[in-house]
Amino acid sequence: MTRRRYFWNWFFEKSLALSALVSIATLMGIFLLLTLNSWKAFERIGLGEFFSLDAWNPAAFDAPSYGIASLLVGTFLTTVGATLLAAPLGVGMAFFLSEVGPSWLRNVLKPMVELMAAVPSVIMGFAGIVLVGPFLAQAFDLPNGLNALNGSILLAFMALPTIVSVSEDVVQAVPQAYKEASYALGANRWETLTQVTLPACYSGLLAAIMLGVGRAIGETMTVLMATGNATAMPSGFFSSVRTITATVAIEMGEVPTGTTHYYTLFACALVLFLITLLINYSAERVAARLRKRGQ
Amino acid sequence: MRSVERIKVKGSDTEVNLVFRLAEAYMAEDSTVSISIAGGGSGVGIAALLNGKTDVANSSRALTEKEMAMASRRGLHVVAHIFAADALVVVVNPATGVDSLTLEQLGRIYAGDILDWQEVGGRPGRISLYGRQSNSGTFVYFRERVVGRDFSPALKQMNGTAQIVESVMRDPYGIGYVGLGYVSKADGSIRQGIRLVRLKEDPTRPAASPLDEAALRSGHYPLVRPLYQFTNGYPEGKIKSFFQFEASPKGQQLILENGYLPPWPDMLAAYDTPSESFSKVETLNYYTERQ
Repeated sequence: MTRRRYFWNWFFEKSLALSALVSIATLMGIFLLLTLNSWKAFERIGLGEFFSLDAWNPAAFDAPSYGIASLLVGTFLTTVGATLLAAPLGVGMAFFLSEVGPSWLRNVLKPMVELMAAVPSVIMGFAGIVLVGPFLAQAFDLPNGLNALNGSILLAFMALPTIVSVSEDVVQAVPQAYKEASYALGANRWETLTQVTLPACYSGLLAAIMLGVGRAIGETMTVLMATGNATAMPSGFFSSVRTITATVAIEMGEVPTGTTHYYTLFACALVLFLITLLINYSAERVAARLRKRGQ
Repeated sequence: MRSVERIKVKGSDTEVNLVFRLAEAYMAEDSTVSISIAGGGSGVGIAALLNGKTDVANSSRALTEKEMAMASRRGLHVVAHIFAADALVVVVNPATGVDSLTLEQLGRIYAGDILDWQEVGGRPGRISLYGRQSNSGTFVYFRERVVGRDFSPALKQMNGTAQIVESVMRDPYGIGYVGLGYVSKADGSIRQGIRLVRLKEDPTRPAASPLDEAALRSGHYPLVRPLYQFTNGYPEGKIKSFFQFEASPKGQQLILENGYLPPWPDMLAAYDTPSESFSKVETLNYYTERQ
């Protein structure tokens, strides 16, 4: 009997270790693949041109150019816009669900918000074309609504479930004793909320927002459909933008393997990978510090 | 039981619906063949042919120098079959107030030289450009034929033809280019909410409408292009009989019904000359037998 138990113990321990190893190996494999292929791009065009203000035009009529500055700005604009919209909305919603609203409402609303994460990105992109785009065009008197702001709004909705769900957990985790102490000193609910509960979960909310941003920055289909994909350097939220993700998605299918263009797309993917890695890593660090403090 | 022969066809999004209809009609007559058709863009189809991944590459453009070099390096003998012609139409929102352009004006609009509708006689307002992505044969054809250099970076690159039409309908300053088949209905009327621009290459002659079939055939309307199907080597067996079906009266009727033009002798002759830089591959002719 014991022998068999030892065997299963051993078996599950090893298989769990193996599955952990597989995901790490995949991550390392992706990183290696991107780095090796990007290296060939940098050998051919140099880091200078890649990060220069030259246009992104690999299929040019005369001389191709490979500057990703306008693509980086495109990604940056849509992501920052999404964060500015989703962060206050998401955190506000989390506080409402956890502290203000009745608990039956929370039991209905939270699963609904989390369900929003299940909406396929192509549907969000479609909404961007037929709903958000025409609305923006009318509201701001623009010729069309295929711009960075459209992408930001859609990405905000896509980041919202992550932000609300994680923030709500963070707010819930604030010890009841803090709030009771505040009430005991004569503070009302609003004062307690803004001056005790909120400061207590700053870093957790930051982690929640960053996880949402990580989701937004890597999103492809939605921005590809809704932002117009013009490669010109954007001048603001009302410009059409082309993000890094959209560029890789549009061009990878048609590029002949082994060309400079092909390797440069890998370099684009590497840049994106490093950005998301950095964001997710920092979010994890913040969250980990929080967990340690909570113990 | 007889075995079913499978034919793989891949490429141009402009051609995919038309070829699908033709294949359906052909398979209804011959149950021993199964033709599968995929889109993706002309470039994707040609790449697949060069990589041996498809039997037939649909393409709305000829092979580029690079692609021809790659084909000969890999020992392929690419043969072209022109099965239809497509008129490219330029659509604008009626609010722009423009209804005819010269080819030169159109090129300068898409290159970003002309920025305001006022410069071409329209209502003042900044021109808003719509086009396809670079994997599209239409993108390449339009760039070679009309723009002659790079597109303006302000060009909004849409996923598909339908999206271009939708955007131009909504955008009071919008201009776009699409295949005629996408805007004209079977009864010859065009879609509401957009205007087809009359074009002229020679500024001294009157501009021609893409709905004028005689102007298309005579070349008076400047944006008419052949639609190709490329094979590696001369088509044989079922592929050959499918191509012959496309060239038959029944096939030609289907082509007309779908908003495209059956090829005519003058156009075939123009693209048959090997000296033309855009068509160094041999072009097959299944039509002369009938005429």
